Amino acid sequence: MDFNFSEEHNLIRQTVREFAENEIRPIAKDLDENESFSYNLTERMGELGLFGMTLPEKFGGQNLDTLSYIIAVEEIARIDGSHAATLAAHNSLGIGPIYYYGNEEQKEKFLPKLCTGKALWSFGLTEPDAGSDSRGTKTKAKLEHGKWIINGSKIFITNGSTQISIGSTVQAITDENSDGSKEYSTIIVENGTEGFTAKPMHGKMMWRASNTSEVYFDNCIVPETNILGERGQGSKIMLSTLDNGRLSIAAMGLGCAQGAYELALNYSKERKQFGRPISKFQAVSFKLADMATKIELARNLLYKACWEKDNGKPFAMHAAMAKLYCSEIAKEVADEAVQIHGGYGLMKEYEIERFYRDQRLLQIGEGTSEIQRLVISRYIGC
Amino acid sequence: MKIAVCVSHVPDTATKINIGSDGKTIDPNGVTYIVNPYDEFAIEEALKTKEKLGGEVVVISVGNDANKETLRKALAMGADSAVLLKDENQRDSFGIAKALAEEIKLQNAELVFFGKQSVDYDNSITGQLTAELLNYNSVSVVVNLNIDGNKITAEREIEGGKEVVETSLPVVITAQKGLNEPRYASLKGIMAAKKKTIEEKEAVAANLFVEVVEMKKPAPKQAGKILGSDSSAVSELVKLLREEAKVI
Ligand SMILES: Cc1cc2nc3c(=O)[nH]c(=O)nc-3n(C[C@H](O)[C@H](O)[C@H](O)COP(=O)(O)OP(=O)(O)OC[C@H]3O[C@@H](n4cnc5c(N)ncnc54)[C@H](O)[C@@H]3O)c2cc1C
Repeated sequence: MDFNFSEEHNLIRQTVREFAENEIRPIAKDLDENESFSYNLTERMGELGLFGMTLPEKFGGQNLDTLSYIIAVEEIARIDGSHAATLAAHNSLGIGPIYYYGNEEQKEKFLPKLCTGKALWSFGLTEPDAGSDSRGTKTKAKLEHGKWIINGSKIFITNGSTQISIGSTVQAITDENSDGSKEYSTIIVENGTEGFTAKPMHGKMMWRASNTSEVYFDNCIVPETNILGERGQGSKIMLSTLDNGRLSIAAMGLGCAQGAYELALNYSKERKQFGRPISKFQAVSFKLADMATKIELARNLLYKACWEKDNGKPFAMHAAMAKLYCSEIAKEVADEAVQIHGGYGLMKEYEIERFYRDQRLLQIGEGTSEIQRLVISRYIGC
Repeated sequence: MKIAVCVSHVPDTATKINIGSDGKTIDPNGVTYIVNPYDEFAIEEALKTKEKLGGEVVVISVGNDANKETLRKALAMGADSAVLLKDENQRDSFGIAKALAEEIKLQNAELVFFGKQSVDYDNSITGQLTAELLNYNSVSVVVNLNIDGNKITAEREIEGGKEVVETSLPVVITAQKGLNEPRYASLKGIMAAKKKTIEEKEAVAANLFVEVVEMKKPAPKQAGKILGSDSSAVSELVKLLREEAKVI
C-alpha cells in the first residue's frame, strides 16, 4: 500500500489552496450575503484549469485523474461551499454526462467551451414531484417530425440560470407502454431555445453565491439529434452521473469539515477564558481531537473510492459511503466548531457561521443520506 | 537572453517550528515547506521579462531532493528548465552563493533574480554575494524594474521612501514584495512541468565561514501592562514606548 501523493497532486493542492485563500476567502462572505454569483471567480477557476480537469486535452481538459479533481473540490470547499458547488456541479453533472455519453459531434460542439469557465452546463433531473424518486419524472418529450417537443419543469437545478448557462441535460419520459412502464431518455436543451425558461431561486439558507434554478419547458422544441446517448438510456445515464457526482459531493463535505475544523482550532488557541486558551480545556481539545479523527477517516474513504475509479475498479459502493460519511461528519464538525466559537460562532462576522449553514445541503443534495444508506444496503446484500 | 532565478525551499511561515535534538537545526517533523515567498516575486519577474523580451528562464536551487518540489512549482509557473545543486549538508550563505555563481556562469545567464531574503535563515545576503563572485552589478530590494536594451532602471525600497537607480547588464536583482503579483501555477502548467526534467548535479565545494552552533526559541511573550483607561494614561504610554519598548 502506498499512501504517498504524487508531486503533481501536491502541486495541485497547493495552487488551488492559494487561489481559494487569496481570491475567494476575502469576498466569500459578501457574495453569500448578497446572494451574488461571481462570474469573475468562475472565469478565474476556468483559467486555473479547474473545469474539465479529467477530460483529454483535445476537449480543452487537463487529462488529470479523479483524485486530482477531488483534491481541487476539497480545497475550494475548505474555503467556501458556494464556489465548490459551482465547480463540482459543472464538472460532475454538467460536463460529465456529455463527455461520457455524448457523440463526437456533441462533445466537440460543447466541451471546449465548457472547460473555460466562460460557460456552464446543468443537470436537470429533480422535479417538484420527483426528488429521491427520480422515476417520478413527469417532464415529457414527444418525437414529432424529427423534433422533440418537451413539456414539464425542473427544480433545484445548479448552474441553470446564470448569464453564462448555455444548456442543460434533461431527463424526460420519451415513451409510455400500455402496461404503464415508462421509457426515460436524456435530451440536451440549450438555453435560449424557444419554450425554455430558467430562473434563479432565491432565499436559500446555504450556498447563497451558487446559482440554483427553476426550469420550465413549454412546447420547447429541439432536434431529434439532441438526444444524449441512446433513447431509453436516461435512467442509466442519470444514475451513473450521480455515482461520479457523489465523489465530488463527498469532497465538498471533507473540505467543509476541514475548513470548519481549522477555524475552530485557531479560534480555540486565541480565545482565552479562565486565564488560558480554551484549547487547553480537555472538553474543547477532545472535541478537536474527534474532529481531526473523523476528517482523517473521511479523507481515507474518499481517496480510496477515487483510487478505485482511477484504477478501473468498481467504486460506486465506496462512493456512496464516502458521500454519506463525509457529509455527515461535515455536519458534526461544523456543529462542534460553532460550539467552540461560543456566541461569536452565531455571528455573520465569523466565517464558521457560513460553514454551519453550507454543510446542511450536503446530506440532502445528490441523494439524501437516507438514499445513500439505501444504496449501500443494496450493495451489501440486504 | 538567458534569465536565472535562484530559489530556496523554506518552512511555511505558518508552521510551528521546533528545534531539533542536536540544538542547532530545526526539527523537520510536521513542517511543511514552500517556495520562499520573496522568490515567488523573483520567478514572476523573470517570467514577465521573458514574455516581454524573449529568452529562457532557468531556476536553480541548492539543497537536497526535497527542493525539487520548489523547482517543480517554478516549472509549473512557466520556467523552462531547472537545476538542483545537491548538497545534503547545510551551507552558509557564501557556500550557497559559490555553488550558484558557478552554475550561473555555466548557464551564461546575464540577468539573475533572487528574493531579497530567504525567510528561513534571513541572511539577506546570498544575492549580493553571488553578484560579487560573478562580478555582476547588483541591485537589492527592488519594487519596480525596467529593462531597456542594456539599461536597467530599478526602484528600490529604502527607509521611509524609494530610490531609483540605473545600472546595466549583467546584473543580479533581489526582489521585494510589491514588485509584481506572482501568478498561480495553472493545472496546465503543472501537467507541462511533469514533462520537464530537473537536472541534478553536485554543488561545487566551498569553504564555509559561518557555522550555526546553537538555535534558541524567542523568549515567551511577557504579560501585557494596562496603564489606565482614559487620556491620562497616554503620556505614560508614550514614555514607555520610547524608553522601555524603544519602538518610537
Ligand atoms: C441547492 C440544491 C442544489 C441542487 N442541485 C441539483 C441539480 O443540479 N440537479 C438536480 O437534478 N437536482 C438538484 N438538487 C435536488 C436534490 O438532488 C434533491 O433535493 C434531493 O435528491 C432530494 O429530493 P427532495 O428534495 O425532493 O426530497 P424528498 O425526496 O422529498 O425527500 C424528503 C425526505 O424523505 C426521505 N426519503 C425519500 N424517499 C425515501 C426512501 N425511499 N427511504 C427513506 N427515506 C426517504 C429523504 O431522505 C428526505 O429525508 C439540488 C438541491 C438543492 C437543495
